[in-house]
Amino acid sequence: MPDPRFKILTSASTSGPGDAGRTGSWRVERPVIDMDRCIPAKTGKHACHLCWLYCPDNVVSKDLEPTIDLEYCKGCGICAQECPAQAIEMIPDADFIKGADRE
Amino acid sequence: MSDAIIESGNVAAAMAVQLARAEVIAAYPITPQTPVTEKLSELITSGEMDAEYVAVESEHSAMAVCIGAASAGVRPFTATSSNGLLYMSEQLHWAAGARLPIVMCVVNRGIGAPWSVWNDHQDAISQRDAGWIQIFAKDHQEIVDSTLKAFRLAELTHIPVMVNYDGYYLSHTYMPFETPEPEQVDAFLPTFEYKHALNPERPESLNTVTLPDARRDVKSIQRGGYMDLRHNLHEEMRLAIKVWQEIDQEFQKVCGRGGAPIIDPYRCDDADFVVVAMGSLANQFRDVVDRLRDDGLKVGVLALQIYRPFPNSIIAEALQSAKHVMVYEKGLSYGYQGALYGDIKSALYPYPSRPCLHNFIVGLGGRGIPTESLFQTVKTACVQDEQMSPAQADEPRWIGLQL
Amino acid sequence: MNPGGLDYNYEDWTTIMNMTAKTSVLNLTQEEFIYPGNRACSGCGLSILYRIGLKALGRDCIFVVPPSCLTVMQGLFPIAATQMPVLNCTFASTAAIATGVRAAMKRLGRDTQVVAWAGDGGTSDIGIQALSGALERVEDIIYICYDNEAYMNTGVQRSGTTPQGTLTTTTPLSGKAEASKNIPAIIAAHNPAYLATCSASYPLDFHDKLLKAKEIKGLKYLHIQTPCPPGWGCEERMTVEIGRTAVETGLFDLYEIEDGQMKLSGPSQKLLGKTSLRPVREYLEMQVRFKALSDEQINVMQAEIDQKWAGYRDTF
Repeated sequence: MPDPRFKILTSASTSGPGDAGRTGSWRVERPVIDMDRCIPAKTGKHACHLCWLYCPDNVVSKDLEPTIDLEYCKGCGICAQECPAQAIEMIPDADFIKGADRE
Repeated sequence: MSDAIIESGNVAAAMAVQLARAEVIAAYPITPQTPVTEKLSELITSGEMDAEYVAVESEHSAMAVCIGAASAGVRPFTATSSNGLLYMSEQLHWAAGARLPIVMCVVNRGIGAPWSVWNDHQDAISQRDAGWIQIFAKDHQEIVDSTLKAFRLAELTHIPVMVNYDGYYLSHTYMPFETPEPEQVDAFLPTFEYKHALNPERPESLNTVTLPDARRDVKSIQRGGYMDLRHNLHEEMRLAIKVWQEIDQEFQKVCGRGGAPIIDPYRCDDADFVVVAMGSLANQFRDVVDRLRDDGLKVGVLALQIYRPFPNSIIAEALQSAKHVMVYEKGLSYGYQGALYGDIKSALYPYPSRPCLHNFIVGLGGRGIPTESLFQTVKTACVQDEQMSPAQADEPRWIGLQL
Repeated sequence: MNPGGLDYNYEDWTTIMNMTAKTSVLNLTQEEFIYPGNRACSGCGLSILYRIGLKALGRDCIFVVPPSCLTVMQGLFPIAATQMPVLNCTFASTAAIATGVRAAMKRLGRDTQVVAWAGDGGTSDIGIQALSGALERVEDIIYICYDNEAYMNTGVQRSGTTPQGTLTTTTPLSGKAEASKNIPAIIAAHNPAYLATCSASYPLDFHDKLLKAKEIKGLKYLHIQTPCPPGWGCEERMTVEIGRTAVETGLFDLYEIEDGQMKLSGPSQKLLGKTSLRPVREYLEMQVRFKALSDEQINVMQAEIDQKWAGYRDTF
């Protein structure tokens, strides 16, 4: 065991979310899921879930109606690109800000 | 205590490593270190030592294996020389920054180019600023004792330790030495435990990219930036001088040997002229001192046992009554002067008495160091130095040049 | 057809998923081993691999990682984005560090899997000596090379695996003059316990190859083509599509080598039944990095792929 007089400071990191902050702020476009087209949502059965599989950032849920964690979603659009039902559309985040302004 | 053994310095080192129960040995062959690792592989293969032997493909990887093992909480060992030490230089800095208690024997040898397999200290001196503790042994007994104590020092301070001993002069000569009993060593050196050891049950990411500034962790506790971690290494390396002294006392209780962990003065008490040297050269000077004393000159020799952390105040205080200090060394900072000489000069600066200093470079690449030449150079320096200006005396003098 | 030109319908996909891998999207664990909000670029191929790969490896692992995008992605002190124990190491020493950790695990009597995870530069260039040594010593580790075909973390400089003709920041204007090193072939010459090539676009194939590797003693080497949108010059959404195209054009082949025997795996094996593959030009035109390629160079590439596949059809 080390001598108690020594602090021995090392770069030993412990895990947690958001090392890079709220990476949702990197996003230009956000994925919006059309539940009428989404296969598990439409059929009510667990199926497909390719958006969950391919999401690099672990922000899509594997639910019957998938949800996206916009706090961290970087907006890459892989989910939209890979969705076999074309249920995901990438919509400029700015549109949502404008919409909020109008209200 | 075992009966005296007569063996080579390299075998003495291997026996100490066996007694220390190092568990992972990684090494790459290089002259004159090779017999250490040959002996260890023999001990492991024959079952006399319980450890993993990893025959790596380079010294860089030898230190890598030690880093991997120590990071997982297992006691490693390696040994190298010369260009091998330089090849692992990146890993030396890494091991120190990661605060891993790795012990390594460095069998000192000149650095190429051109190739030299013979002894000098340039290999160790070139790694002076890597963040390793550097111990220098003067004889076979000190190789054994320093290596054992080095494991304790490394694991108490979490700073890696290099035990240096001279290639051929010590590595390949046969001299008598004693080894402590295994139970004595076990009492002195407990099992290695590391709170950050890699473990899936409490996962941590070690040696992560560290920012210039302090930052809060996931529990909102402020943690240091790179500079803070490095400052801690420096501070604790300074504190290691005291710990090394304490370890020496503990070891003395167990084995009855020690008492001079930092400096080992010989006939220095009333000396007007003090020679300072490291390694076997310091022992060679004892004969020179005896002869000069016979000639009526008040000469002593002071062996420096630990070079980094530099025991500046201890050495400066030990030199306060000397009129002349002659630093003999087997390595230098090219384009200036001996590295040890420069360190001693700066250590003396804050003190009231600043003796006249002389710097001698000897024995590079194994150039013979006849005792007679040491005798003559010390004697000449003692007699002539009254006439030398401080600037003249400050220039390193190369002894034994043949061209 | 979806906007990216993906010409599978959903039924095709599930068939492929089930055919190529024992694990399906449906039974793949929902347990996650890396947190969101990490520093990987948007659309990072490595992120897909890491996330799915960890699901296969499970918690009883120790990672050894040299400088790479993964170093950054795993988190900056004092926060780790990853939930795994990681030993970050010097660039050239990955396989040797893993050797040391493995030796320690042996001493401690633990079966914990030691996983070295390096990039293509860290594997094929600066790290090849240590990897070759570990292979020769038959170290019991998994070594994963994610190959994004250049030094991406330092800003897209050429590496040993950068393909001929590729534009990088150190091969500007006319692209890299030399052919890439065939690292899997170099590894195969060491006769490893297991070798597999994978693609970030087929994460379940990677997942199941890792499951297999975990059960094998000795050095297991997995080489994964990993699209990198900023380095390859493509839209972030195209990561998976581009990797898939590399496989479907027959340019990058997924295979395993066990006991010296090479076997095409699912997605590539499926192509054996086809008389002609998608032209490689489709793959090249998706990426800015190939803009310097001449028609002649592309024709040569196509001829090489055709010849390779003619050989495969004879062999398999």
